[in-house]
Amino acid sequence: MSRDHDDPISSPLRRKLLQALAAVPAAGALGTGTLGLAASRALAATSPTSGVNTTGLAVTDDTVTVGILHSVTGTMAISETGSVEAEKLAIEQINAQGGVLGRKILTIQEDGQSDWPTFAEKARKLLVDDHCAAVFGCWTSASRKAVLPVFEQYNGMLYYPTFYEGLEQSKNVIYTGQEATQQILAGLNWVQDEKKAKSFYLLGSDYIWPRTSNKIARKHIENVLHGKVVGEEYFPLGHTQFNSVINKIKLTKPDVIYAIVVGGSNVAFYKQLKAAGIDLSKQTLMTISVTEDEILGIGGENIAGAYACMKYFESLKNPNNEKFVPAFQAKYGKDAVIGDVTQAAYLGPWLWKLTCEKAGSFDIDKIAAASPGIEFKGAPEGYVRIHENHHLWSKTRVGRARPDGQYDVVYETADLMEPNPFPKGYQ
Amino acid sequence: MLGDYTPDQLLSIFAMQGFAGLILFSVFVLMALGLAIIFGQMGVINMAHGEFMILGAYTTFLTSKLFALYLPALFPIYFFVAMILAFIAAGALGMLVEWALIRHLYRRPLDTLLATWGLSLILQQTYRSVFGAREVGVELPQWTMGAVSLTDTIEVPINGIFVMVLTLLITAAVGLLMYRSGWGRKVRAVVQNRTMAGAVGIDTEKVDRMTFGIGCGIAGVAGSAFTMIGSTGPTSGQLYIVDTFLVVVFGGAQSLLGTIASAFTISQTRSTLEFFTSGSMAQVVTLLGVVIILMLRPQGLFALKVRR
Amino acid sequence: MPSAPAPATGPAASPAARDESTLFDTKEWLAFALVAAVILVVFPLCLDAFRLNLVGKYLTYAYVALGLVLCWGFGGILSLGQGVFFGLGGYCIAMFLKLEASSAANTKIQSTPGIPDFMDWNQITALPWMWQPFHSLPFALLAVVLVPVLVAFVIGAAMFKRRVGGVYFAIITQAVAAIATILIVGQQGYTGGINGITDLRTLHGWDIRQDGAKEMLYFVNAGLLIGCILLAQFVKRSKFGRILVAMRGKEDRVRFSGYNVANFKIFVFCLAAAFAAVGGAMFTLQVGFMSPSFVGIVPSIEMVIYAAVGGRTSIFGAIWGTLLVNYAKTSLSESFPQLWLFGLGALYIGVVMLFPDGLAGLWNSHAQPTLDRLLGRRPTPAVQGPASGATQPATLPPQTAAE
Repeated sequence: MSRDHDDPISSPLRRKLLQALAAVPAAGALGTGTLGLAASRALAATSPTSGVNTTGLAVTDDTVTVGILHSVTGTMAISETGSVEAEKLAIEQINAQGGVLGRKILTIQEDGQSDWPTFAEKARKLLVDDHCAAVFGCWTSASRKAVLPVFEQYNGMLYYPTFYEGLEQSKNVIYTGQEATQQILAGLNWVQDEKKAKSFYLLGSDYIWPRTSNKIARKHIENVLHGKVVGEEYFPLGHTQFNSVINKIKLTKPDVIYAIVVGGSNVAFYKQLKAAGIDLSKQTLMTISVTEDEILGIGGENIAGAYACMKYFESLKNPNNEKFVPAFQAKYGKDAVIGDVTQAAYLGPWLWKLTCEKAGSFDIDKIAAASPGIEFKGAPEGYVRIHENHHLWSKTRVGRARPDGQYDVVYETADLMEPNPFPKGYQ
Repeated sequence: MLGDYTPDQLLSIFAMQGFAGLILFSVFVLMALGLAIIFGQMGVINMAHGEFMILGAYTTFLTSKLFALYLPALFPIYFFVAMILAFIAAGALGMLVEWALIRHLYRRPLDTLLATWGLSLILQQTYRSVFGAREVGVELPQWTMGAVSLTDTIEVPINGIFVMVLTLLITAAVGLLMYRSGWGRKVRAVVQNRTMAGAVGIDTEKVDRMTFGIGCGIAGVAGSAFTMIGSTGPTSGQLYIVDTFLVVVFGGAQSLLGTIASAFTISQTRSTLEFFTSGSMAQVVTLLGVVIILMLRPQGLFALKVRR
Repeated sequence: MPSAPAPATGPAASPAARDESTLFDTKEWLAFALVAAVILVVFPLCLDAFRLNLVGKYLTYAYVALGLVLCWGFGGILSLGQGVFFGLGGYCIAMFLKLEASSAANTKIQSTPGIPDFMDWNQITALPWMWQPFHSLPFALLAVVLVPVLVAFVIGAAMFKRRVGGVYFAIITQAVAAIATILIVGQQGYTGGINGITDLRTLHGWDIRQDGAKEMLYFVNAGLLIGCILLAQFVKRSKFGRILVAMRGKEDRVRFSGYNVANFKIFVFCLAAAFAAVGGAMFTLQVGFMSPSFVGIVPSIEMVIYAAVGGRTSIFGAIWGTLLVNYAKTSLSESFPQLWLFGLGALYIGVVMLFPDGLAGLWNSHAQPTLDRLLGRRPTPAVQGPASGATQPATLPPQTAAE
């Protein structure tokens, strides 16, 4: 509702972005570098606005406007800040390379305030009033569910960064995080091979993502790995007393504790686990909910030894990541940590740029149609590709938590995992 | 359900669940004692009680940082210093709040509820601005880690024992203070008949301020103890507030003994239910049970009177 | 909803009229006309579709505030669980809309077509029995009011019959809000869990997502709100209203006079629940989904501040209070996110310590005398107690000037 966005200089965010833009060396180039620059210049010359924008999006001869929609206030701000930072970094780097189809990206940032109707309102504003060519945003499933009808109704394009429970697929969304089967199956296979695990204890916070993920994990354990689930348990969000379940774990002595606890509960859970004498260097614990971001609150010493299964860790060794991490920390401070979702958020603008260039247009329908098959070789996690179902082909990795809050990558799948949001046999 | 376990295991279950229940009990008592004094004795609804606890937790966090930086040799015992500081910090803030807000509202209990809710929002935002929105991890001395093995299957976490002992000490101290000290007599006199107490020369304002301060101070100590088992974030305090109020009301607001008994009942029920059902269900069933019992017996377990 | 009785008196009525047979005295009539004019004429004319929808959402909270004025302001019963009723009303209509959106054709990719998507994800293969009747719109509309009223009745009967009130009632309603949230989130197969019930599309084939529909819904919402205001005003002016106020002051005396205090309290609590529920239902229709984040403790207490800012005993103040707080929230939390929580906190404290009568009180003490002088009227006698009615805020809420 603020009128800030009409005036580029009055918004503090915008000002910061502009300063950062000026400060960044043009060679902050990831991906295709000067070649890309030349290519997009060439494209711009051959792509008049009337040609690349037939549906009234906010595209001029030298700019294109996109939206960023995350919570920067409220309870979710902790988690979503990293995504905003990554998206801005990516946009800045793209602009430094000459933008998209020869046009600089302008951003309009809106705050979802950790409140789902607000997300829906802001999404509508970004699409209806601002005619954003793409929106990068949302974090929780609830916020995505709230905006999804808006994006479908007004035909917008959302790049959604979080790993999530799957069971969704939309023409108007590109899911740059992993859906549940991608994140879970390979990790379970690995833990069975590596740890000879037969029995599993599943637990999580009580809402849709942990429940769906554990359901998939249970099916995989029982039907594919022929292991045994010795317990499955859920706790209300914010729950801080885990002694009872820890006792159950001690009694059932599972080979693997599979934990999908989120938020503040995490801290209590790992502290109490440690206090109860469960030594994570001996007891295998696998989580899919603890990124480097969460460890800051839990305390590295409390979770050291646990395994996390996701697609990206900050400590990942590859040339892309070795450029990405310093670039991120140069912009946001050397203490900034990068979790899985932050990296996935970084992919959004790049994938969109590549898709626009392939489609030769900003039109949503053409972007949606051109998305499958888009490859991004400059991703910090390594090569990724967009699947027919608008999710990403990506590798799954297992990391082991170190006391300093980082993960050692101990395993990665040989091939890209296929995204399968509606997994047959797992529902 | 029980059939899945051998007799040996069942014994361990009950022993360990008993301990888990006792730890939960200690947590409830620590949370509720301060509130029982403030709500039970003074009739003030302090919705910011959780934030006073978190103040204690943040004090502990700061103390640990200071010790790690300047007195690393004494780090193992920093926790005791932290608890005293937490008491002082929360108590001082409590007295300030009593002076600025509460004393104007003694005749409007529902309004204290709203005012202290506002206070809690302000405190939350203050914590967020000062310490950041993320939970902070409080580094604990090594001796608080690990568990004591009683038998092969029965293990008790050390920090749980610590919290229990602490609870015992604080409860005893509060009991002595309320029922064996001159100050306690004054507090009870003021509660029972403010006018009369004033007439015989008790400085009721001072007594009120001290009472509120001590209630908040105990909350601070509770928060300090909670850094051992829970999380410390700007909004962590809010999570405890409903449980805490229910414990106090269920016990019968004016009776310290009632508070302890109700904390015991609720914690054991919940801990047992948690074992046989699941975390979410146990919480719903316990809350529901308490609410239903309160509807049938509104005066709580040990109350003097609620009916007007 | 009861049909709105037409105002029985016009501006022609004598200024001194305190006649029981009329619904408004002059000042109340003015206040009512102002509210109605702003909601029905000024907002629709001055705001674009987007902002109008936003104001419509705020107005759904005004129902809750209105209910709180009756039960807290007049009756002295502070409920910290109004979010539960708001949510129940919202969920009832959302269940109907979700069923309509989950036709077999729309959901053919599911393993069980024809049931809401979230049930399918939770391995529920048939529509649960409590969802069955929600295929019918009349049933859903009845349920919007009746389900919350029933819940309120059970809580109220249990508590008030045992003469529990005040603080204890507040704490127990708060616990009820906590229970409701945990249950809704935990039973995701039946309720949609934390995501809530989303992707609601049509009401009997009428697409509620279109701008035109949203505008229409705004007017339905505004009309219902005005109906509720009239109903609240009717209650206030009736003998019942006076008994409520008497109860707030000296409950025992009313009881000794032979009135069954508990029944009056139960009634007003149920009425407040019904208002909140209608608000919740309109919220669902205008926003397009319902989720447990409107049910819990925090939103429930936040709704109390709307009534408190408006002036807890002022029916019209409740509307202005709701609009003002929400407008401040939207604009402040955008430009100064940190400031907002400080501001909200200060608002709670300020409204208790400095302006216990809220906007209404400010109007009565500052604006009204000046206005009277300007109009050449004699100042109204200062006998108006806290329960006096006529209220207008000192300034128009900024929405009117927003664009």
